[in-house]
Amino acid sequence: MTTASSADQPTRRDFLFVATGAAAAVGTVATLWPFIDQMNPDASTIAAGAPIEVDLTPIAEGQDIKVFWRGKPIYIMNRTKKQIEEARSVPVASLKDPATDESRIKSGHDQWLVVIGICTHLGCIPIAHEGNYDGFFCPCHGSQYDSSGRIRQGPAPANLAVPPYQFVSDTKIQIG
Amino acid sequence: MSGPSDYQPSHPALKWIERRLPIMGFIHSSFVAYPTPRNLNYWWTFGAILSFMLAAQIVTGVILAMHYTPEATMAFRSVELIVRDVNYGWLLRNMHAAGASMFFFAVYVHMFRGLYYGSYKEPREVLWILGVIIYLLMMATGFMGYVLPWGQMSFWGATVITNLFSAIPYVGDSIVTLLWGGYSVGNPTLNRFFSLHYLLPFLIAGVVVLHVWALHVAGQGNPAGVEPKTEKDTVPFTPYATIKDLFGVSVFLLLFSWFIFYMPNYLGDADNYIPANPGVTPAHIVPEWYYLPFYAILRSIPNKLAGVIAMFSAILVLVFLPWLDTAKTRSCKYRPLAKQFFWIFVIVCILLGYLGSQPPEGIYVIAGRVLTVCYFAYFLILMPLLSRIEKPRPLPNSIADDVLAKTGSKVTPMVSTVIALMVAGGLFAGSVQSARAEDETPPSQKWSFAGPFGKYDRAALQRGLKVYKEVCSNCHALSYIAFRNLGDPGGPGYSEAQVKAFAAEYKIKDGPNDQGDMFERPGRPADYFPSPFPNEQAARAANGGAAPPDLSLIAKARSYERGFPWFIFDFFTQFQEQGPNYIVGILTGFEDTPPAGVTIPEGSYYNKYFPGHAIKMPKPLSDGQVTFDDGSPATVQQYAHDVATFLMWAAEPHMEERKQLGMQVFVFLVIFCGLMYFTKKKVWADAH
Repeated sequence: MTTASSADQPTRRDFLFVATGAAAAVGTVATLWPFIDQMNPDASTIAAGAPIEVDLTPIAEGQDIKVFWRGKPIYIMNRTKKQIEEARSVPVASLKDPATDESRIKSGHDQWLVVIGICTHLGCIPIAHEGNYDGFFCPCHGSQYDSSGRIRQGPAPANLAVPPYQFVSDTKIQIG
Repeated sequence: MSGPSDYQPSHPALKWIERRLPIMGFIHSSFVAYPTPRNLNYWWTFGAILSFMLAAQIVTGVILAMHYTPEATMAFRSVELIVRDVNYGWLLRNMHAAGASMFFFAVYVHMFRGLYYGSYKEPREVLWILGVIIYLLMMATGFMGYVLPWGQMSFWGATVITNLFSAIPYVGDSIVTLLWGGYSVGNPTLNRFFSLHYLLPFLIAGVVVLHVWALHVAGQGNPAGVEPKTEKDTVPFTPYATIKDLFGVSVFLLLFSWFIFYMPNYLGDADNYIPANPGVTPAHIVPEWYYLPFYAILRSIPNKLAGVIAMFSAILVLVFLPWLDTAKTRSCKYRPLAKQFFWIFVIVCILLGYLGSQPPEGIYVIAGRVLTVCYFAYFLILMPLLSRIEKPRPLPNSIADDVLAKTGSKVTPMVSTVIALMVAGGLFAGSVQSARAEDETPPSQKWSFAGPFGKYDRAALQRGLKVYKEVCSNCHALSYIAFRNLGDPGGPGYSEAQVKAFAAEYKIKDGPNDQGDMFERPGRPADYFPSPFPNEQAARAANGGAAPPDLSLIAKARSYERGFPWFIFDFFTQFQEQGPNYIVGILTGFEDTPPAGVTIPEGSYYNKYFPGHAIKMPKPLSDGQVTFDDGSPATVQQYAHDVATFLMWAAEPHMEERKQLGMQVFVFLVIFCGLMYFTKKKVWADAH
């Protein structure tokens, strides 16, 4: 592309080439976005992920239910006095993922544990009321969570996540 | 593809790879150093445009397949959900649908170019035949793709085209059953068409590789039709051909974008927005425009088997072109007679296409037969004859001579313009005659959403929703619209709280609950408008045998013929408001007493704009029926206008986004094409 005719005014010519190349690059990148963004959740999926309300009255002390929100299982556990005590007597500093039991529940509703029932190791669903800590046991790779959903033993790196929720009344929560 | 490359990589890593897999050298010799005739005109850029279109179709198609459901009861809805809910789904679908038409448009230009410049002649016969194979594969792919949305035209197109094979003696019926995977077109047919529609483009890509390979062995043809002799006759592929091709592609993108952003339904058929119904054939069934000439040939032959043979022969005759035309001179530029007949042939093809879109009756049938004879005569009689009797003009000594001489060929455009004008006049006269016989079309209304800057009138949308809710919803479903849509940008513009309150007024069936019972609960924004009838049978029974159609898509599913030449003007004025015009026409077109000589069956009503005039729906709107809060007049005219606006939004909720993005794309493309033009000029300044 270096020939005699360009020698007299190389800058103007270079500017044109750079401008065209830049415009092509901008256009290509802008065009790519719709092709990528289409993989994100669509509007109906987002709408279906709206908050849900759960009535707590049927859950007796020591029992739990599993509800689904955004396709994820949520454990709602009505903890016994013993479970609460166990969760609070552990020295926080000794935990793998230190967090107080109080920080994982809503104050005034101490018996209610609401956690996303997905093992933080590789996504299996732990079984409630199993394992050595009166909490959850994941059958896939043996992770054990206590009655506050905190990781106590096994390969999982973090506590069971607490979903966003609030109490609408004493017997009803809204998740999401 | 063009002998050993002199490409020498400098980086040690590249050298290491090159010794083991000389791919860079291969690309360099095929697409960089490859000598290309220096006199190629812009008709030659269509090869690059076609490569681009194939890639675009594959990419958008793979993406659409991520969201599409190939199942007979869900396919239609899944396509609608792509358009409504998937991020940029409307854009991707428009790209793929318009892309098919653009692909065919480009391939026709490419084929006519080959025909004009004798690109099929020795030593390029195999190259040409590979092209015909690609074209056949494209036709199969396009046909099966059109079936996938599972609308009325999809279904009946599939039925008609597969039935072509039933013309084969003895085994025809068995073949058709085999194609269907059942006793009629149904879910198995849809499934296999989806599978094949995904497969064939990759076969096309494979044959394209052979096509390009053959091209690089024989070398490109050129407008002069003389082979390059010295180095002066050629320029390296990069940058010269590359930049010219890219400029061609960017200009082509302008046309493509016009369809994507402004005329997405111009080339489609309104009937395909009606879900497939195996019990009713659309009154006027036509294939996509790119098959129309062959469809016209099929219909001109009054015998089933002969018609099918004629149609396939019309394509297969192209394979034999290199041996039908034995003239030594390649380019029509130097063949005065062949040139004229070429343009006549182009017009014959266009006219056949027009006839293919018209009902097969009266003058159209006769014209179809005459043109079918012309089509075959061009290949079978004229070409061999011309090869023998025509005396070609002297050829230039070399391509370099041709470039320098700039032979004056001003006559061609003039002749073709005159012929084109005559044809246009003929079509115009013909359509005026046929228009007289046709029913009155609904008058065009003023719409705020028309044109490139169109926006929905929010107040009209809200009033229209009220009319729908209070009147239409008693019989008509709106099942593709969720309450949440009422708060979407570009819609009626309700707030989140208003949407919630609106939804809560509805009772939605949900369940089963823990006891296994279905129950009713207040609506939520994510719910869809509930249908007035539990199923189609109930709707039919309650409405005198005619099920009231779902209104979600009615504004796109109803249309009327614009006729020649209006449909050509519409392309430039972006007129696409037939749907809303028709809705207003129907709602205001009721007359208590039918005109003299028209009898309306019991249980039907006379409507001026309804096809056949006998409509089962009684006059739904009367003055004062709905009260508007904003003081708009409570008249049928106002109701009709507002509800048509609302239904247009329901049919195309992303229209505003489409037009806004379209404007940005056009500003960019025009600037980019300008830059490309000057860049191309600068690059080529060295070559001339």
